[in-house]
Order: sequence, then structure tokens, then C-alpha cells
Amino acid sequence: MSLKVIVDWDVCQDHGQCVFASPEVFELGDDGRMHVLIEEPDESLRASVEDAADVCPVQAITIEG
Amino acid sequence: MTAQRALIVGAGLGGLRTAEALRTGGFAGEILVVGDEDWAPYNRPPLSKEALAGELAHDKLAFRVRSNAADVVWRHGVRVVTSDLEGRSVNLDDGERIGYDVLVAATGVSARRLPVPGPPPTAAGGRHVIRTLDDAIGLRAALRPGARVVVLGAGFIGCEVAATARKLGCEVHCVAIDAYPMIRPLGVDLAAELQRRHEAEGVVFHLGVGVSEFVGGDRVTGVVLSDGTHLDADVVLEALGSRCNVEWLEGNGLDLTDGVLSDTALRPLRDGVPIDGVAAVGDVVRFPNLRFDDRAWRVEHWNIPTDSGRRAGAVLSAYLSGEGYDEIAASEWTLLPAFWSDQYDTRLQSYGMPGLADADGIRVLEGSLDDECVVGYHRGDDLIGVVGVGMLRVVNGYRDKVGRGVVVS
Repeated sequence: MSLKVIVDWDVCQDHGQCVFASPEVFELGDDGRMHVLIEEPDESLRASVEDAADVCPVQAITIEG
Repeated sequence: MTAQRALIVGAGLGGLRTAEALRTGGFAGEILVVGDEDWAPYNRPPLSKEALAGELAHDKLAFRVRSNAADVVWRHGVRVVTSDLEGRSVNLDDGERIGYDVLVAATGVSARRLPVPGPPPTAAGGRHVIRTLDDAIGLRAALRPGARVVVLGAGFIGCEVAATARKLGCEVHCVAIDAYPMIRPLGVDLAAELQRRHEAEGVVFHLGVGVSEFVGGDRVTGVVLSDGTHLDADVVLEALGSRCNVEWLEGNGLDLTDGVLSDTALRPLRDGVPIDGVAAVGDVVRFPNLRFDDRAWRVEHWNIPTDSGRRAGAVLSAYLSGEGYDEIAASEWTLLPAFWSDQYDTRLQSYGMPGLADADGIRVLEGSLDDECVVGYHRGDDLIGVVGVGMLRVVNGYRDKVGRGVVVS
């Protein structure tokens, strides 16, 4: 099963901490809002995506697969 | 051979992250986590911020648990009262003794109470603290519109609750011995600006004064300050810092003067010698962070439980397997403390150790204080902390420049 990144946009407060853990997958845009660059990242990015979910101050990120 | 057991004392974020990291490190034995709260690990910062203003539900605050930690055994509502690090066992408040192969101290801190006369220090007596979800639920019930709230302490938690209480329609007075709110971590200029923002929202400060007594019988009805001022109060919040939950480790020869003094592998020190198979993590560990200096600091910032839990899990899993233990314990390991604070429409984001700055080493790097800005905190030529007031993308850009030996022109 492939990896899937799900952000609860009602919970996300654009802290941007996920970007430090997984810059390939998350981006803090010029508009100050968070964006997911890859919704189904490659397995090789699993560790960094798990780290990103850990460091979200409001725990808005879940991972499936 | 019986399965090895990792015993984690403390079921908060540090305990959770250590359990996950033990599995990531390859440990396949039993992981048992014992905690004195009735809740699975949950996120505490929202308790003084958006959750206090809105919905205080455990399922909204609970931490995601990595799939590799699904088989961790949790025992909630149980307190460890004593420990024997030589005999590798602890005793619970229900009389049970539990042995272990490795031990993790993740017991965190408790809210400090003010030792002055008055009604009992309980939520029912109107004297609140805010550390646990249950504390927050009790406080929330008391923050009715028009309630007269006296916040004792003007640190981040006190100021966040003051802001939340104003949002909920309470009358708010904030009392502190300091000259400005949040001055110790932030310095005079930013602290004065944040005081101005609180006052514009209706908070009344009483600074440079202490508390002589609480007034009332079974319930607090007022607070008498050291300058004789009397403040009527329906609700008192004691936000006066913390004390470490280390009593259960006494008698083992550890340095427990401010948390658990440990080395960079997070192993507690006894007479300067690290104890193998034991680690301290989170708010309770005092350790040298060579990104700043070789002094041991205890840091109650949000990322410390996660970063220290990962380190402890890596060290302990190597210890349990016997593979690569000496190398990993001796490996260089540092972290960057980080936290945020929301007060009204202002978000503060801090990286590093701003409280260690020289008195004349604090200056605005970007923007302006009365709007959005990034403030730099220097010790000598080193940028050792940055705090953003808004300007998140800008302050995040300074993150990697913070620490000893990094010069920002």
C-alpha cells in the first residue's frame, strides 16, 4: 500500500514546522499558508513524513499506508 | 531467555516518543508505559490557548501514535513512588513492584503553587493551575463572562490564559514580581510591546509586586498584593512556573537539584558517571546542549520531548541489543529548542535560547516592534535565539543560523 499524507486543513495553523522535517513534501508558501507538494510520496520519504507529522504543533497531519 | 522490558515512567509526549524510538531502533521486547494521568498522551500547549477558548476534548488533543508503537502497553492512573536503579525496579502507589531492563524518566513537571495563606489550593476553592487536561477543564468552567480573573505570573502560560480569558469576556488582572510580562525570555523591549498589546485588549497589570495572601473561606474571593492592593477575584490562576516530578528517583545518588542531571546520551549521572540502561527525557531532563554551550540546561520547550525521546530511544535500543552502543552514546547530539505562543492575533515563534542573551545583545533584525518583527538574541557575537512576532517565513529562515559560533552579519 502506498503512502498517503492527509492534512486536516481545519486544524492546520500554518506553523510550518513540517517543512523542516520534510521539505520535499511540505511547503510554506509566499501567502503564509501550508501546501502539500506530494500527496502520495514515495516510500523513501516515509521517515521524513513521519517526522513531519510528529512535529506538527497542532497534530494536523496523519499518514495512511 | 525472557523478553526484555523497557519501562517508561510518564505517559506524556516524551514517553510516547521514546517508546516509538525504541521500536525504530529495533527493540522488539516489551514496552510498558506508566502514567499518573487517566489520559493517553495529549498535546498540552493548546490548553492555555485555542482549546481553552473552544473545545477541551481529549480526542481533539491526543497525539498520533506511530504504527510501530501500536503494541506498547499503557497503564494510566498509576503513579511510580520509588525506584531502585541498582536492583532495576520501581514501586507503584498501588504496592506493585515492576522490574525492568531499561528505564526512562519522562515524568515531566507540575505547576508550582504559591505558599501563602488562604483557601485550599484546589479548583473547587477557585485556585487553579493549568498543566493537565483536567486542570484546563476545571478552569474553563470558571471562565464565565464577567468573571473576575486574577492571573498570578506573567510568563507565557499566564499571558496566554489572560488573553484567552479576555476573549471569553472575563475581567483580567495579571500580577507578577517581574517588571514586564515575559521579560526573562524576551528582554525589555519586546516584553514592553507585548504588555502594551495586552493592555489594549483590557488586561490590567500589577508588576513588581508579590502576593501576601488569598482572601476567602472555602473559596477564594480576593488576592492581597505585597504593596497592600486588594483585588477581588472569582478565579485565581497560579501560573508561577513548575517543579520537577523527580521524588520517585530520590535515594539513587542522582543530581536532582533541577530535574535529572544527565549526559548528552541523556543518561543520568551519579558522581559524574552515566548510568547505563537509564535515560531521562522531556521537561525533566537537564543536559548539555553543545549547540549553545557545555552547561547542562533544562528546557521546557515543546520540541524537547520529541527530540530527547528520539535520542533516548536510539541509545537505549542500542544498549539492549548490545550493537553499536558505545558509538551511539558517544556520538555528537544537539537540538534546537523551539516553541510558539498565541496571544490575541499575535503569534510568537521562538528558536534557540533567547533567555541566555546578553542584556545589550537583543536587537530587532527585521520589521518593527510595534508591528511584525524578528528579534535576535546575541551572546557575544553569537546569535543564540530568534523570536518572530508574526513574520513566520522570515523567522523560520533564521532557524539554522541559531547557535554557538554562527555569526549573522
